[in-house]
Amino acid sequence: MQFIWTVAWRLLREGRFQSVLILSGVTLGVAVVVYITAIVNGLQANLINKTLSTQAHIVLRPADEDNRAVVNQAWVLSDVQKRTQRERTLRDWTASRDLALATPEVKHSAALASGPAFAVKGGVRKSVSLMGVELDDYQRIVPLQEKLRAGRLALPNGSVMIGVELAEDLGLKVGDRLRFDAGGDREESFTISGILDFGLKDLNRRWVLLPLRAAQSLLGHPLEITELYLTVDDLFHADQTALRVAARTGLKAESWIESNAQLMTALRSQRASSTMIRVFVMIAVAFGIASVLVVSVVQRQREIGILRAMGTPSSRIMWIFLLQGGMVGLVGSAAGSLLGAAIASGFSRLAAQPDGTPLFPVDLSPELFISTALTATLVGVLSALAPARRAARLDPVEAIRYG
Amino acid sequence: MANVLELQAIRKQYGGGNAPIVEVLHGIDFSLQEGEFVALTGPSGSGKSTLLNLMGLLERPSQGELLIAEQATSPLDDNQRTALRNRYLGFVFQFHHLLPAFSAMENVLMPMFAGQGKRTRAMEERALFLLERVGLAAHAHKKPVQLSGGQQQRVAIVRALANQPRLVLADEPTGNLDSQTADEVFQLMRSINQQDGVTFLIVTHDPRLAARTDREINLVDGQIARDIHQPI
Ligand SMILES: Nc1ncnc2c1ncn2[C@@H]1O[C@H](COP(=O)(O)OP(=O)(O)OP(=O)(O)O)[C@@H](O)[C@H]1O
Ligand SMILES: [Mg+2]
Repeated sequence: MQFIWTVAWRLLREGRFQSVLILSGVTLGVAVVVYITAIVNGLQANLINKTLSTQAHIVLRPADEDNRAVVNQAWVLSDVQKRTQRERTLRDWTASRDLALATPEVKHSAALASGPAFAVKGGVRKSVSLMGVELDDYQRIVPLQEKLRAGRLALPNGSVMIGVELAEDLGLKVGDRLRFDAGGDREESFTISGILDFGLKDLNRRWVLLPLRAAQSLLGHPLEITELYLTVDDLFHADQTALRVAARTGLKAESWIESNAQLMTALRSQRASSTMIRVFVMIAVAFGIASVLVVSVVQRQREIGILRAMGTPSSRIMWIFLLQGGMVGLVGSAAGSLLGAAIASGFSRLAAQPDGTPLFPVDLSPELFISTALTATLVGVLSALAPARRAARLDPVEAIRYG
Repeated sequence: MANVLELQAIRKQYGGGNAPIVEVLHGIDFSLQEGEFVALTGPSGSGKSTLLNLMGLLERPSQGELLIAEQATSPLDDNQRTALRNRYLGFVFQFHHLLPAFSAMENVLMPMFAGQGKRTRAMEERALFLLERVGLAAHAHKKPVQLSGGQQQRVAIVRALANQPRLVLADEPTGNLDSQTADEVFQLMRSINQQDGVTFLIVTHDPRLAARTDREINLVDGQIARDIHQPI
């Protein structure tokens, strides 16, 4: 309504000092919210990214085999015990893979034949994990491009890729030969085609990528695999997707959310505390808006009385003040978003790594600004509610009586 | 001639609850005819402003009925009373009471704007026309603080006329002005009354001005002491 807008705007403009005061309050509050959200979201996204850069979203393994006592009477509770688990393998894994891929949400899959072995060089034996993969499939799950430190990303027959620590420990470089002993007289030598940095010392010391077939025969189960890696569309619902995949395939499915339970708990509590801060800041902003508007209603008493006397419906008076709250919220959130974004990116530049790249990117997504603007506008309107009702109920006679 | 407004046994009490009940108006009966130019006089505290507020539908009587354009107002709800006030009544107050955030022209069009919610070219034209009529066209875009007391009161008077009301209620419109300016403002209302036929009820303490009206209603202690139609 044009009338409401005009009067609301004029009153704000006229009450310059108060408007500046209230706007600065909202701006600061919103800046704090934007800053905290940008930092926390950026940090969390970065942590999750790092975590997932060496992990599948879902890992499928053979279901546990249980020992089951013979039950001869209906009322006897079945006595279920887990058998000691040995390295178990998936036989008809292509069927399982197709079932998994047919599950909505599941994007890519990669088969893995993994198992322990020793890397042997000049009398030194190092314990490693052999990971037999089809390199193209595997890269769709665990991107390797930025992890390559030497050599090339390729696994032709008879070649392996190893981590930087293992290469250093054994004094190896690209093109060198390395022998693996998987026990039971199964031994084979490979040429090193690439050296990778997985981002973690432990992985760099243990992980060895080799062609799937070579791993299968070295580990003594040709044609069989030990795990199926999957990626999904929606990271944060991977646990639910895992349940669906498990139901379809009859395999055990573990999502990254379960296998990183500790990290997830930490992230969740960090998120909860940042939410708390945001809520309290918004409450403080709401009280600020409300108290300034209450004062302004008292000061505008005479004008409200005049407007009522000339026949302005009380509902319009109410809307004038609600709108002022909304305007202050909206304008304050725009200014606060800019300020918060500036502080956040300044911070990320300060906390940069020696090479100048930021430690983690701050998350300054449009959604953040849109949701902040909506929230601040809503908070503005809500905090104007009490002052606005007060203005609408003002007795015009009282308001006009004294000049 | 038609009644613009009629008061029937109007009583007004204040207080109640913890405060003692005080009756300010003890049964007022009179009616205002279309085109009348009436003075309401009486000592301070006699209830003139109270009566004006009742007639202006800003307050409700404790007893009695108030008719505007032959229509009883007691059954109307607050929104209907507000709408009636907007269309039929205009107010002029002692202390000008212009809206400081708006220009003279905007102040004049405000009753139209407030009633309809949106602003039109026609409203602006009428506001300018009214300002021109009181010789303030050149000041149309000035804020109230940039105008003299007499100019402000002239703006307030044409603002009361914006919606072409049947009745203008003025509470000591000249009380705050020097006698020469008071005279001019009074003369302005008189000429509007004569040219447009708008009914005026003017509260005044000035017997000189009261003598120049068609009719003087004298209120003492909440009762009508005299109601005299004067020859012009
Ligand atoms: N809201 C109220 N509560 C209690 N008493 C009131 C109220 N409003 C007015 N009165 C009383 O009613 C009486 C009449 O007041 P009113 O303002 O109508 O007088 P008036 O004739 O306009 O006086 P003046 O010439 O000084 O303006 C006064 O005694 C006043 O104290
Ligand atoms: Mg009075």
